[in-house]
Amino acid sequence: MSKQVRQLERVVIRFAGDSGDGMQLTGDRFTSETAALGNDLSTLPNFPAEIRAPQGTLPGVSSFQLHFADHDIMTPGDRPDVLVAMNPAALKANLGDLRAGATVIVDTADFTARNLGKVGYAANPLTDGSLEAFQVHDVDLTGMTVEAVKEFGLGRKEAGRAKNMFALGLLSWMYHRPTEGTVRFLERKFATKPNIAGANVAAFRAGWNFGETTEAFSVSYEIKPAVMPAGTYRNISGNLALSYGLLAAAQRSGLPLFLGAYPITPASDILHELSKHKRFGVRTFQAEDEIAGIGAALGASFGGALGVTTTSGPGVALKSETLGLAVSLELPLVIVDVQRGGPSTGLPTKTEQSDLLLAMFGRNGEAPIPIVAPRSPADCFDAAIEAARIALTYRTPVFLLSDGYLANGSEPWRVPAPGDLPDLRVDFATETNHTDDDGNDEFWPYLRDPETLARPWAVPGTPGLEHRVGGIEKADGSGNISYDPANHDLMVRTRQAKVDGVARSLPPLEVDDPTGDARVLVLGWGSTYGPIGAAVRRVRKAGRTIAQAHLRHLNPFPADLGDVLRRYDKVVVPEMNLGQLALLVRAKYLVDAFGYNQVRGLPFRAEELADVLEHFISEVSATDDGNDAVDTLGVDSP
Amino acid sequence: MTDTAHRVNIGLPSLRDVPKTDVPQRAADFKTDQEVRWCPGCGDYAILAAVQGFLPELGLKRENIVFVSGIGCSSRFPYYMNTYGMHSIHGRAPAIATGLAASRPDLSVWVVTGDGDALSIGGNHLIHALRRNVNLKILLFNNRIYGLTKGQYSPTSEVGKVTKSTPMGSLDFPFNPVSLALGAEASFVARTLDSDRKHLTSVLRAAAEHEGTALVEIYQNCNIFNDGAFELLKNRDTADDWTIRMTHGQPLTFGSEGEKAVVRDTVTGALTIGEAGADNVVVHDAHAEDPAYAFALSRLSTQDLRYTPMGVFRSATRPTYDAQMKAQLETAAAADTADLGGLLRGNDTWSVG
Ligand code: SF4
Repeated sequence: MSKQVRQLERVVIRFAGDSGDGMQLTGDRFTSETAALGNDLSTLPNFPAEIRAPQGTLPGVSSFQLHFADHDIMTPGDRPDVLVAMNPAALKANLGDLRAGATVIVDTADFTARNLGKVGYAANPLTDGSLEAFQVHDVDLTGMTVEAVKEFGLGRKEAGRAKNMFALGLLSWMYHRPTEGTVRFLERKFATKPNIAGANVAAFRAGWNFGETTEAFSVSYEIKPAVMPAGTYRNISGNLALSYGLLAAAQRSGLPLFLGAYPITPASDILHELSKHKRFGVRTFQAEDEIAGIGAALGASFGGALGVTTTSGPGVALKSETLGLAVSLELPLVIVDVQRGGPSTGLPTKTEQSDLLLAMFGRNGEAPIPIVAPRSPADCFDAAIEAARIALTYRTPVFLLSDGYLANGSEPWRVPAPGDLPDLRVDFATETNHTDDDGNDEFWPYLRDPETLARPWAVPGTPGLEHRVGGIEKADGSGNISYDPANHDLMVRTRQAKVDGVARSLPPLEVDDPTGDARVLVLGWGSTYGPIGAAVRRVRKAGRTIAQAHLRHLNPFPADLGDVLRRYDKVVVPEMNLGQLALLVRAKYLVDAFGYNQVRGLPFRAEELADVLEHFISEVSATDDGNDAVDTLGVDSP
Repeated sequence: MTDTAHRVNIGLPSLRDVPKTDVPQRAADFKTDQEVRWCPGCGDYAILAAVQGFLPELGLKRENIVFVSGIGCSSRFPYYMNTYGMHSIHGRAPAIATGLAASRPDLSVWVVTGDGDALSIGGNHLIHALRRNVNLKILLFNNRIYGLTKGQYSPTSEVGKVTKSTPMGSLDFPFNPVSLALGAEASFVARTLDSDRKHLTSVLRAAAEHEGTALVEIYQNCNIFNDGAFELLKNRDTADDWTIRMTHGQPLTFGSEGEKAVVRDTVTGALTIGEAGADNVVVHDAHAEDPAYAFALSRLSTQDLRYTPMGVFRSATRPTYDAQMKAQLETAAAADTADLGGLLRGNDTWSVG
């Protein structure tokens, strides 16, 4: 049978099922196949906080969305073109997100009256006509899987568990994905259980063959590889890129990496990852609590290691006091906060950007800490190296603010050669640096570098430089305890000046304003880069002009940020919080920045954001016409 | 006490990796130019002098010794030690020292803490340091009161203690720090007294020799807020009656006439106080693998310090966390090369251009 092949530029697929159905694995495999084919891609896993949420229920639905294209893309996509739903709950939970006319592939095996009732379907949606807006393929995926793996002698339940591989096979056929990688993966993963490996491979192949032979699927699709800069690529998630960035920073600085951490979602993967790399001299310490995690890291920094602690919001709250100590000791330390929904336990598996002000101010006293934020999953690598650079150069704790979306999302990454990475070598102090009144040489731990204001890092084991540091205020220079009012004033201002001075090492802010006559600037930070970028493209496609700038450094801001902001009539700041960056830029630069804010635990949709930007552009032009009757679209102004 | 070094290369197992000096050291070498600011008469002075006097015996390079403390009167200690030092935050010294000791096996790391610092705000870090057996020496100055905050009861204060925060007497049941440490299966636990320089020094030496976390409880007099707290054990008239001096391999007899002893009940196995002449007098075994024996010893004393065992309760051999961590790193390094480029590329790459 000859089937039609159509060319597409881009597709958004969402795999959805019970949290036990292996949807994350299915999505990961499809992603790897897609990466191998050379499409650009972006992924969005979404799963419940419970390890095994109640089966067949809406809260138990786990999904994995993948956007891939023949050109460079910036987001996992607003609305899926294809939904694979493994049960009624997965259908119900995701249907509302689909674009009209989307393809829906449903496993019918679980569409029993009981399961339908569980999620509040009074009638079977597959037969009651409610899915007319979509192209529905109802297929007994489970039944066919069980049939396909018969020869492996598994029970029906176990046999049925390979249904995700059947679905993957079918989708791999539909989109012409290469299959060898998945077969190899399954054989490796189940190397000790040949029966299970065989069943999964058989189900995967059966899914492919089903697509190839059945009348139900008459069209398959090709998406050509994307044009990307030359290089070696791999797919990488944010947490993995961040782990590698820390490792690379340690290698490039010549210091051993010490990670002190307490497990917390969504940061634990960094602990898991770094624990695998002991051959690089990485020490990972799973502490008794968040406080001990940062304490041990700071202790290791005192000893001359690159100390790192990884956590999420609730953990940062617990680490605050030690952060203050690190500010006072002026030792290098990287604090990774993979932000999640808050306050309190909040939404552990959902993303948010609501720890910016916590990172900025969440300590007693004047305790400035530089803040760096990655903009995409792969960018977590470079951001981690930048955080380490600042920490090592300025002898300061540095926040690295990732988030749940970056942590678990993935994209292609052009792998750098280690030799091209920044040189982060540091000089430990080895000599005395001061002479007392009697002509004796001594070591002053708080005698600063005039350029960076960093203090010398003298590690234990260095003869003649024995010294004591602590959280009590220190005398400028000597570091001895000092309660002197003028000295305290000086030290507070000096620590602030040191952090402010980081700005001198930063490049000017990149502003994307191709026509140079945009009047609205959209300013973002962190993981909103993708959605904002995609929205900006839409706006420009529609013939409007807009400028975009994205902050890697949140503290200090790039030196020219104020000038940039003042060049535009309106500044819009989309954030997954209630306006934290907007608050900072308004306070610092007295510009009328407008927030556009969502805290839904999910990234912005580009389409929606584009509407908001259009609205601001219209508002600016309307003001010119003396017309201020523009509705406000629910935009928050802080 | 002599101020001169008796430098003997004692090859202390716990300090195997710490570089030794060949320059004779004196107590004065460990003093800083900082004015010591404890209240006159405070027990901390005696402990400081004992530590400064004892360190030359170890013969370690001074730059390879680190004192880490938390918050409280005792935690000012590092400022007075001419070694590397960190005066950290309340309760967290064991955590900070763990990171330092685990990453630098060439350092001799000491924690100085108090009853509030170690047992109240920092209780969690203390028990976890003890169970992990990191190569740390923890000196817990127990004065049974909060000194720095001016006299509230502490987690080791006896029930009914009248203080500023407990005008009608405290309700809290106190910790026995030795029992707590043994409950956490600490590999080394000892107790000594600030004013008994000889005993204090011998216990410090045993702690330094020990491979792993050592907890030394030092009864320390706070003459301002809890003066005389240990009088029963210090006063010549009563000390012998209530102090059980423990020496490994020796019978646990005590009393002004040596007439009393720790005896083991032949039926229940419980430890009690009996007659020195009895045939069930316990011979002290500090190396017993099961901490239950040492724990039973620690339970002999009452809240008002009658029957207080002094010396090393337990000194057992258990692999240390830092040594094992180092071994894992060496094993991993021997098994595979550390190729950053290869790691970054991974197994699933594709080429463009
Ligand atoms: S308050 Fe007590 S413990 Fe503190 S220094 Fe004074 S006497 Fe010593």
